[in-house]
Amino acid sequence: MDILNFGIKVGIYALMAGTLVLAVGVVTLRNLFHSALCLAATLIGTAALYLVFHAEFLAAVQILLYVGAVVTVIIFAIMLTEHIAERSVAQRNRQSLPALLGILVLIAVTGRILLKTPWAVNPATVGARVTVADLGAALMGTYVFPFELVSVILIAALIGAVIVAKKEKSS
Amino acid sequence: MNPAMSFLDSIFVNLKLWTLNLIGHFLPGWAVILASIVISGVVILCLGPVIMMYLTLLERKVVGRMQNRYGPNRVGPWGLLQPIADGIKMFTKEDIVPTNADKVIHLLAPIVIVVPALMVFLVVPFGRDMTAADLSIGVLYFIAVSSVTTLPIFMGSWASRNKYSMIGGMRTAAQMISYEVPMTLAVVPVIMMSQSLSTASIVNAQEGLRWFVFTPWGLAGFVIFFICTVAECNRPPFDLPEAESELVAGFHTEYSGMKFALFYMAEYMNAFTLSAIAVTLFLGGWQGPFLPSWVWFFTKTFALIFAMIWFRATFPRFRVDQLMGIAWKLLLPLTLVNMLVAGLWYFIPGITGWVGAAVILAVSFLGLTALNKPVIPEKRVYLLEN
Repeated sequence: MDILNFGIKVGIYALMAGTLVLAVGVVTLRNLFHSALCLAATLIGTAALYLVFHAEFLAAVQILLYVGAVVTVIIFAIMLTEHIAERSVAQRNRQSLPALLGILVLIAVTGRILLKTPWAVNPATVGARVTVADLGAALMGTYVFPFELVSVILIAALIGAVIVAKKEKSS
Repeated sequence: MNPAMSFLDSIFVNLKLWTLNLIGHFLPGWAVILASIVISGVVILCLGPVIMMYLTLLERKVVGRMQNRYGPNRVGPWGLLQPIADGIKMFTKEDIVPTNADKVIHLLAPIVIVVPALMVFLVVPFGRDMTAADLSIGVLYFIAVSSVTTLPIFMGSWASRNKYSMIGGMRTAAQMISYEVPMTLAVVPVIMMSQSLSTASIVNAQEGLRWFVFTPWGLAGFVIFFICTVAECNRPPFDLPEAESELVAGFHTEYSGMKFALFYMAEYMNAFTLSAIAVTLFLGGWQGPFLPSWVWFFTKTFALIFAMIWFRATFPRFRVDQLMGIAWKLLLPLTLVNMLVAGLWYFIPGITGWVGAAVILAVSFLGLTALNKPVIPEKRVYLLEN
C-alpha cells in the first residue's frame, strides 16, 4: 500500500504545482486568449484538488460554472472585442505599487482569519463526507432565506438583461 | 432468470473479477487495485474509438440507404473494413498547419476535445454492475464534463486564423451554451424522482418496465433532452457550426489528417455518450426483460443513434435565429413547466395526477407554440409612379 500512497502524494503535489504554474501564466502571458485558456486550466486544476479532498459536488460545480460558463463568457468577450485577441497586450501598467499594497493587505487579512478560526479537526470531522443530499437539505432548511434571496436577485438580473437587450421601438 | 441468462448477463463483470483474481495470486495488493483501474480504463479507451469507427460506417450505410444508394461496400464484406481503411488514410495524410496559425493551440485543440468525450464514458452504466465509476454525482459530472467541450472548439477555431473557422467557432459556442440550459433542466425531474445523482441508482429506480419515458413528464423530458443532445453534438439539423454549404467545414476548416480525425472522433463519441445518457435517464438504461442487460443497453442506445442519423437524412438545417428561438423560447419554458408537472405527478397519485400532468404539458406546449408563431410581415405593395 505504501507505494500506492506515495504515488498518490506525488500526484497531488504535481497537480498543485501545475495549477500554480498555470495561474502564473494567467497573469504573465502577453496574449489575452492564452491567458484565458490558462485560467480555464487553472480552474480545472482547482476542481481536481477539490476532488482529491472528497468534495465531488464542489468540483463538478466548479467545472460547470467556472470552466463551462465564466471562461466561455470571458473568451466570448475577448473575441468580440476588436483585434484584442490577435495583439499582445502589456500585462502591467503604472499601478503596480497600489496593487501590491492591496494584495499584501488581502494576504494579511486572510492569513489572520485563517489563523484565528478554531478549526475543528478531530477524527469525526476529518472522515466526514458531505453528500449532495446533505447540501440540499441545508439549502432548503437552514439556509432557505439566503437561498431564496439569491434566486430573487438572479431573476431580477435575468429580467434586467432581457430589458437591456430588448430593441427599442422606433417611434 | 435462468442460469445461462445470468451467466451472459454478468459475463464482463466476471471476466474482470477472474483476471483480478489471477493477478492477485502473484502480485501485491496495491498492484491489484491499480490493475482494476487500468482494466476499466483500457476497456473504455478502446471502446470509444471502436464505437466511433463503426458509427461512421453505420452512418454512411444508413444515410446511403435513405438516399437510395448502397453506401460503402467495397472494402471487406458489406464494407466492414471501410473504417480501418479510412483510419489508415487519415494517418498517412499530410498534416497542414496554416502559416499564421497559433501553432501550439492549433495542435492542442484536437487533443483536448477527445478528453471530455472519453471522460463521460466513465459514468455510463453499460449493464448491471457495469459502470466504470459509479460516482455519487454521476449526472452532474456528465453535465460538467460535457460543458467543457466548448473550449477546445473555441481553441481550434481561433488558432486557425481563418474567418470560416472563427464564425463556426462562435456559432458552436452560442449553440452549445444555449442548449446546455434546457438539457440540464430536462434532467432535473429525473433527479427529483429517483432522488439520486448516481447513474446506476437512476437506472435502478426504473426497475421492471417503469421507465421514466412512460410518464407524462418523462416523455416531455426525453423529447427535450434528445433534441438538446442532437444540438449539443452539432449534428444535423443543428449543424450550423460546420454548415458545409456556408462555412466550408466550420471550426475544423484548417485541420487535416489525424487532427481532423480527432475532431470527428470526439463528435461521434459524443453522439454515442449523449445517447447512452439519454437511455440511462429516460429509457430505463439496461433494464429490460429476457435479454442480458448490456444487450438491452446497446440496443436502446443504437436505436437513438439511428434516430440521429435519420434526422440527418431527412431534416433541412435550421437558421441561426430559429435555432436560438427553439432553445430559449420553447424548450426552456417547457422544461420549467415540466419540473412543476413532475412534482404534481408525484404528489397526486393515480389517474388524476397522470391526466392532470399530461393536460398541463399539452396546454403549455400549445400555448408556447402559439406565442412563438413567427411574425409574418404585412404584404407591401409598391406602386410604380407613372
